[in-house]
Amino acid sequence: MSNPTETTRSVVIERTFPHPPAKLWRALTEGPLVAQWLMKNDFEPVAGHKFQFRADPVPNWNGIIDCEVLVVDPLKQLSYTWGAFGLGTVVVFTLTPADSGTHLRMEQSGFSTNQDAAYKGATYGWQKFLGNLETVIAGLD
Amino acid sequence: MVFSVKQTNANPVFRALADPTRRAIFEELSRRGEQTVHALTSYAGVSQPAVSKHLTVLKRAKLVRHRREGRETHYRARPDALAPMVDWLNLYGAFWRERFDRLETLLERMDP
Repeated sequence: MSNPTETTRSVVIERTFPHPPAKLWRALTEGPLVAQWLMKNDFEPVAGHKFQFRADPVPNWNGIIDCEVLVVDPLKQLSYTWGAFGLGTVVVFTLTPADSGTHLRMEQSGFSTNQDAAYKGATYGWQKFLGNLETVIAGLD
Repeated sequence: MVFSVKQTNANPVFRALADPTRRAIFEELSRRGEQTVHALTSYAGVSQPAVSKHLTVLKRAKLVRHRREGRETHYRARPDALAPMVDWLNLYGAFWRERFDRLETLLERMDP
């Protein structure tokens, strides 16, 4: 089960929004707007700026995601680090003008299958999925 | 955030953690590292034989491992046993899809 070989994978979500890039860029870079769709934050669109996303705390997780702005390329690309559950990842938003609006691509990378990440993820996150335990148990034979 | 649960090989783990005392013991070991049965007994607030019984169930699910030193048995958590159940890609995939829905709603509300 434990695999000492480290590999990195990523999550990619893409969607075309019927809105101009400038509007999408505001939603991605103005803290109060970001708070409305993503999470409460003290984000500033400045490379090197360290900030936090804050979700409601749950048992074994204080709800804080530690981030640092990596790239601010207005209307085109925004990138920051994303550290939570002992798992360090990088989030990159790429905007491309499309016929009907703006194509937004989000890639979160740096998920590793090494033991360390699994260990920390399990330690900090395990109780979260145990919230559904009763449902799962009910499904057991 | 929603954690994805892979059923394969997960049942013994779920059965082991279905009990709140065993969950508490496993959590304590995950948080504090290796501990003796004695220490765990005072933490769990149940009798030592009861703690030993719980530890046996956790051991069978490969959630803890033990070593003997003199008269004391030391237990430590093996949280990597939970790894098959924590699927980060599915977790964050679901998270971002849901957030993109919210972004879409926000964009509708914003001034042009």
